[in-house]
Amino acid sequence: MNDRILLAHGSGGKLSHDLVEDSFVAVLGNPILNTLEDSAVLELSGRLAFTTDSYVVSPIFFPGGDIGKLAVCGTVNDLSMSGATPLYLSLSLIIEEGLLIADLKKIIASIQHTATEAGVKIVTGDTKVVNKGSVDKLFINTSGVGVVPLGIDISAANARPGDKIIVSGTLGDHGIAVLSQREGLEFNVPVPSDCAPLNRLVAEMLEASTNIHCLRDPTRGGLATTLNEFARRSGAGINLDEGNIPVKKAVASACELLGFDPLYVANEGKLVAIVAPEDADKVLTKMKQNRYGREAAIIGEVVKEHPQRVVVKTRLGASRIIGMLVDELLPRIC
Amino acid sequence: MKYVEEFRNPELAKKLIDRIHRRSTRPARLMEFCGGHTVAIFKHGLRQLLPPNIQMLSGPGCPVCVTSSADLDRAIALSQLPNVIITSFGDMIRVPGSYSSLRQARAEGSDIRIVYSAQDALYIASDNPDKSVIFIGIGFETTAPTVAATILQAEQERINNFYVLSLHKLCPPIMKTLLALGEVRLDGIICPGHVSAIIGSRPYQFIPDNYDIACVVSGFEPLDILLCIDMLVNQIETGRHEVEIAYRRGVKPEGNQPALELMGSVFEVSEADWRGIGVVPTSGLMLKKGYRQFDAGANFDINPGPSHEAKGCICGSILRGVSTPLDCKLFHNSCTPEHPVGPCMVSSEGSCATYYNYGDTDE
Amino acid sequence: MCLAIPALVKSIDGYQAEVDIDGVTRRVSIQLTPEVNVGDYVLLHTGYAISVIDEDEARETLELLKELSEAQ
Repeated sequence: MNDRILLAHGSGGKLSHDLVEDSFVAVLGNPILNTLEDSAVLELSGRLAFTTDSYVVSPIFFPGGDIGKLAVCGTVNDLSMSGATPLYLSLSLIIEEGLLIADLKKIIASIQHTATEAGVKIVTGDTKVVNKGSVDKLFINTSGVGVVPLGIDISAANARPGDKIIVSGTLGDHGIAVLSQREGLEFNVPVPSDCAPLNRLVAEMLEASTNIHCLRDPTRGGLATTLNEFARRSGAGINLDEGNIPVKKAVASACELLGFDPLYVANEGKLVAIVAPEDADKVLTKMKQNRYGREAAIIGEVVKEHPQRVVVKTRLGASRIIGMLVDELLPRIC
Repeated sequence: MKYVEEFRNPELAKKLIDRIHRRSTRPARLMEFCGGHTVAIFKHGLRQLLPPNIQMLSGPGCPVCVTSSADLDRAIALSQLPNVIITSFGDMIRVPGSYSSLRQARAEGSDIRIVYSAQDALYIASDNPDKSVIFIGIGFETTAPTVAATILQAEQERINNFYVLSLHKLCPPIMKTLLALGEVRLDGIICPGHVSAIIGSRPYQFIPDNYDIACVVSGFEPLDILLCIDMLVNQIETGRHEVEIAYRRGVKPEGNQPALELMGSVFEVSEADWRGIGVVPTSGLMLKKGYRQFDAGANFDINPGPSHEAKGCICGSILRGVSTPLDCKLFHNSCTPEHPVGPCMVSSEGSCATYYNYGDTDE
Repeated sequence: MCLAIPALVKSIDGYQAEVDIDGVTRRVSIQLTPEVNVGDYVLLHTGYAISVIDEDEARETLELLKELSEAQ
């Protein structure tokens, strides 16, 4: 009985076929995928949003999620951040020879579960198997398309002085959850990854206001990097109030332990919105009604001063500039 | 977090800052010796809040910044040996040596792993009996006892594939050297908090005795540092020169005896190579002969080639408090966090990185 | 230098202890602080407790800070 993925599973022969039919289509199946044509043919009209992302997270299973859930959420969220309604995803797997089939099935199930929650369909895919050591267990690429409704114009360049900055919840959860599993750094954090599909949250926010200027999910590089991107593209300055930035106690502790600043730690289920001041409160109220926005908070505003720079006012009343994440976040002893 | 949040109370901090403003009349040049203090001061924006007659200088208290190119070259050469796993604290990974960095070596195929604790490196050794696991030992007296404890554990558990490259350095000797150089005139020193948790406050007595400089051992939260500055101002205003402890919950005058004994049983004092300063006698730690089997320096044959520091890099004078990053021609030009030339920019608590990352808003 | 943060000792097993920092837990070494007891707070540096926090001193320091902030 074979319980591991072999090179033959990627070769296009019977073993490949069976894997695709039994493990993928049987689980992810929908009318378009089931045809298993070379391309998925879709009927779409309007402005299309199109995005792609690759997922190489290690370990592939972490508290609160796995690489499959991440792969769906990441692409769904990228589409949502343009204001698009996510519709269809492609799913490309590069599997390391020797991966347990049971693990692969768990990940496919997770993909199915997340896609169902988000209301998207996996309509086309690909599977490759590579020699042991060529990839770290499993790499996934997803591309996604969605349709941007008329009248939506969301862009990093749109931030204007006076706008309020809203974050949908606590920062740093994902990065710390994943890091806590790494060899050499093991510690127990009672905080799972926040990995989540945010398209419904965004849809609800867009219902509440037509004056949402910018949206982004602060993944690698954290909130600080995303806000710097907004500041640069729009040319405005940003002021943040350190005391209002939500961070779970355990995440703050883990960051202290390792010498990280939560503002730079990755999130996979959070968004930052820049909203016209007159609509900020009603958008915030709407966000808090969604399970992924319960801890949303206004954390700062866009200003004319110090263009293109992000400044944090500390609890002591002093200010400091925060830049983009320049390099990897490395744990430190000093 | 207990013992952290209370020492960040913004109302108390503001009042303490007001008090310092009222009471500080004389010019006061204060050196924060420890990189952790440099970061804390910038992070909380304390510089902006202090009166203009108090000038803050940063000293060579960042163990990463003071690691010489030659020592880094040795670590990199070790990583290139067959069947070697290098384990290191994250701080060292990006620091440039003469030719390369540990990160670059990893990209070229060396097995280099980041650990949070020396003990984790020992576990890696025990999990990989067919490899030699070498731990890059950096840090001052705070970290050296932890490495000593790990070596003793290795001995007890008969783990014979674990080695330490000791690059550990000592604080009071380098403070002595710096003051003897006479390059900087100081009125007060913010003494390292966690080094002092180990060595106590008595080793700093030579400073007020020989140099008439006020010394106060400080913690790392805003209120700790402000209390320390208040106590330094107090000494300066009243013409006193003493060693005092502001960080009393963590530091006793006699330090941590068991830790000192443990450190002394495994390590002995040796010379050390300080970047920007040179070789300083009796300022470092090496493994005692009885622990030779754990000494990476004694057990591996390497030839790293001649070492050199980068041209134009003035990290040395920055570390000695003689210059600030703003005096360096490379700062913000060819030397930035993306492509650092010297260690002061690489280390997250190096002066240059701190200035760059936390820069004052009016600059 | 030297990131060290306060951690609560939850249990002790020989030279190892389980500590808790606001929900984050880890096994650490108490070889350098053999006198520590369950319920104490220690300063944790690279997986080793380097000092037992003196709770009386902590309280006194806070009181001193309050006094100083009120004094003229």
